[in-house]
Amino acid sequence: MSATTHAHATGAAERGKVAIWWFLASEIMLFGGLISSFVISRLGGGAQVDHGHLNVTVAAVNTFILLSSSYTMVEAFGCAERGDRRAMRLFLGLTVLGGLAFLGLKAYEYTGEILHGFTPWAGTFWSFYYTMTGLHALHVLIGVIANATLCVAARLGLERPYRVEVAGLYWHFVDIVWIFLFPLVYLS
Amino acid sequence: MSHAATLPRVHEPHEAAGFFRTYLYATDHKTIAKQYLLLGLLMAVVGGFLSYAMRWQLAWPDTEVPGFGFVGPETYNALVTNHGTVMVFFVAMPILLGSFGNFLIPLMIGARDMAFPRLNALSFWLLALGSAVLCASFVVPGGAASAGWTGYPPLSAKAEYTGVHWGLTLWLLAHAIEFAAFLLGGVNFLTTIVTMRAPGLTVGRLPLLIWQLATASILFLLSVGPLIAGAVMLLMDRLVGTGFFLPERGGEPLLWQHLFWFFGHPEVYVVLLPALGASLEVYPVFARKPIFGYRLIVWATIVAGALSFIVWAHHMFVSGMDPRLAMPFSITTILISVPFALAVFTMIASLYRGSIALELPMLWALAFLAMFITGGLTGIFLGSAPSDIYLNGTYFVVAHFHYTLISAVIFGGFAGIYYWFPKMFGRMLGTRLGQLHFWSTLAFFNLTFFPLHWIGIAGMVRRIANPLQYDLVAPHQWINVFSTVSLLGLIAGQAVFFLNFFLSQFRGRPAPANPWQATTLEWTAPSPPPHGNWGAALPAVERGPYEYSVPGAAQDWLPQRAGAAVLGSRS
Amino acid sequence: MFLSWLPENVSSFGRDIDGIIALIWYVTLAWFVATMGTLLVFIVRYRRRPGRPAGYVKGDRWREAVWVLVPCVLVLVLDFWMDFKGAPVWAKVKIDVPQSDLHIKVTGKQFNWVVSYPGPDGTFDTADDKTFLDELHIPAGKPVRLTLGAQDVIHSFFLPNLRVKQDVLPGRAIPAWIDAMKPGTYELPCAALCGMGHSGMKATLVVHAAADWDTWVAAQWSGAKQ
Repeated sequence: MSATTHAHATGAAERGKVAIWWFLASEIMLFGGLISSFVISRLGGGAQVDHGHLNVTVAAVNTFILLSSSYTMVEAFGCAERGDRRAMRLFLGLTVLGGLAFLGLKAYEYTGEILHGFTPWAGTFWSFYYTMTGLHALHVLIGVIANATLCVAARLGLERPYRVEVAGLYWHFVDIVWIFLFPLVYLS
Repeated sequence: MSHAATLPRVHEPHEAAGFFRTYLYATDHKTIAKQYLLLGLLMAVVGGFLSYAMRWQLAWPDTEVPGFGFVGPETYNALVTNHGTVMVFFVAMPILLGSFGNFLIPLMIGARDMAFPRLNALSFWLLALGSAVLCASFVVPGGAASAGWTGYPPLSAKAEYTGVHWGLTLWLLAHAIEFAAFLLGGVNFLTTIVTMRAPGLTVGRLPLLIWQLATASILFLLSVGPLIAGAVMLLMDRLVGTGFFLPERGGEPLLWQHLFWFFGHPEVYVVLLPALGASLEVYPVFARKPIFGYRLIVWATIVAGALSFIVWAHHMFVSGMDPRLAMPFSITTILISVPFALAVFTMIASLYRGSIALELPMLWALAFLAMFITGGLTGIFLGSAPSDIYLNGTYFVVAHFHYTLISAVIFGGFAGIYYWFPKMFGRMLGTRLGQLHFWSTLAFFNLTFFPLHWIGIAGMVRRIANPLQYDLVAPHQWINVFSTVSLLGLIAGQAVFFLNFFLSQFRGRPAPANPWQATTLEWTAPSPPPHGNWGAALPAVERGPYEYSVPGAAQDWLPQRAGAAVLGSRS
Repeated sequence: MFLSWLPENVSSFGRDIDGIIALIWYVTLAWFVATMGTLLVFIVRYRRRPGRPAGYVKGDRWREAVWVLVPCVLVLVLDFWMDFKGAPVWAKVKIDVPQSDLHIKVTGKQFNWVVSYPGPDGTFDTADDKTFLDELHIPAGKPVRLTLGAQDVIHSFFLPNLRVKQDVLPGRAIPAWIDAMKPGTYELPCAALCGMGHSGMKATLVVHAAADWDTWVAAQWSGAKQ
């Protein structure tokens, strides 16, 4: 009996991982399309970066937070594999907190910019800025919900380690997208 | 990845379920396949009705269309736009990818269901929601979307250019939902194919349809992202007031065209490849011989799929992009003729020394090949940049894509429907009405669309509501009348199909498990297959998919399924 | 069957474009006859007959595969031939815009073609500019420079008899050129969906014989000279 259960779980884990990789391939093309549009627009002189009115400090702190949350996600998966449920819940909770902190700071950034008149319709750069970072923030939000769900499920004893791994792959992807967006939007 | 094939699959026992679980919250891949098929056919009625109103207006401008009313220029633009949208996204994809993929992937690879049955149900219901949103967009105040199925901004980006407000926004939203549905569906297809193949079913033994469906899914997954990004930007332009595509706000209208056609060309193959795959399944069965050059076809599919990502600007030769880009894109475009020529040659070679029975699925598959050759050849005229200067935007283009994309949907699609109908519904599809349907469709399809080449060459541009306004076109108006009358015949022929489809559900001869004496796995399951498909034991595979007329064998076909040679007798 | 449907060509490069269309027509016609012929012959020849089994031909050996690979090489060669013949024609029409002393601006708007001449001084945005609605006048037998643009949405500048088409975009000035060998009036439809008035959005191209051209110019600018 335990052998068949094990085979089942292995199959599910494999399916989950294959599926998330294909999904992420499509996501790469989504952000790739958007980021290339921005780059081409900049090269054509359309979307010049408005450095003076971006809050690079907050964005740098956000980058640090998001990178740290990737680390806690890795730890959560490690704990899940070892069967250490308590620690897994802790690390998943920390990852969720990291995501929420990122979203909070992003909201703070948006508010400041909009109050200074830099709305999404204030020029091509700002249009791209809000669309790219907004779409990314939406992905962060989905990741936060997924991780929080896993955290609660673990508390109820429903966790399967591979789900943490699948959520982790997604979370790292969201992190990597930010690694591209941060220098492209704030630094270059 | 072949280790996946040897993994044992263990599932919970599949039990009979109640009405709600069987029909509405169905997770069985076969039920979902039927749902896709019915939704696609329903939307085909909608799309067909739009084409009827549109062609009536072209033949007899500004007269009342029976059953529709007067078609003014605004309504005409809405008809053109939504006919294209409905047919490509809500008929072709649901039937060829949604229905064929869902029904056949698990059955052909020897699985009990898709990898994620509930996600599968979600995909279908998202598509149903998208269809509902699209239909709602026809009736909202301000009228339906009327910026063409390609939705080029600035026309589509600001309501004052078309006078359409919610119609176009809902139209965009319907697309977004449809993309999400097929994105999830594609992930499901690929995961199923990669992880759930029966023991012994190595990639080299996969039926070619599975290769085509997998390639189509990959093409969709990798091409739709940029268009989703574009759709978000267009929605922002319409609703938030950004200016991505509006020059007066610093935007660039051509950006949309790049994003759209980066998706658009692979999308053509998303529809074409399953139709090609269905035909490839049919030829060996009715010619009783192996497909010619299995590996060549696989490579041709992959190469064509890869090339489809670097040809998109052939839709934009005269769009105002840098003219120096035209020849490189022209070269890549014309290069695509090589893998497709290879596919065509192998299909013809598959008939060589065959024992060809012209039963209905074979008739459709052969007609698909003939139409596809015609449409493929006219594509060269448009792929060559200098001749496209003249032909771009004329009815020649309309004729060309009706011969490629639409002939694939009609002829390849019906080849599949006639071939798998017994497996899907457990009854044979009536042959007498089927013959009438096939021959009328073949005749009227050509009579409707072939003359459009001529009027296009004569200078009739697309998307005009009244050809009589043009001195170059007016003398050839008889072609428009001829084409419209033929379309009425084409539509009448499809009514025969619907009649046959529903009559055969009840009155058709009960189908045996393997009515065509075919080798692939799905024919070793009962017709229709029960929930879970295979009973207690999963099938194992011991040979390739097209082992017909093997020298020295006792019968002229050897099933893929291990030990199935006795099961497959004609009973 | 195809080529005779082309409207009369009156431009110099139209002959080249028609030549490319004809080249592709003959190449594709040959392929059409060859492939459809083979298909039909096979269907008839290999119809099912009792007692004649099918051959077991898998096409997985080189000796068999050459039957489809060699035609593919031929396809490839013909592809490059068509590209090779097409490239100079494309360059002539779209890239190498010749010099001309006549320069006209044509701007699309919903739903007209606005045609502007620089007037005797040869420069735009001066007092002697003259603008026509849906009428484009050119002299026969010499190249004319065009600057194409749009005010609102995308339109497409199409002269079927001159074999020219160019989409026009708002915010963009696209250089182009035309010439017409034969005096007469020709149609100039918009070839891109541009809104509810797209159908019927067209202008008239009037090609004046060289002698009449000066008369026309004189008539337009005589009284208005300032």
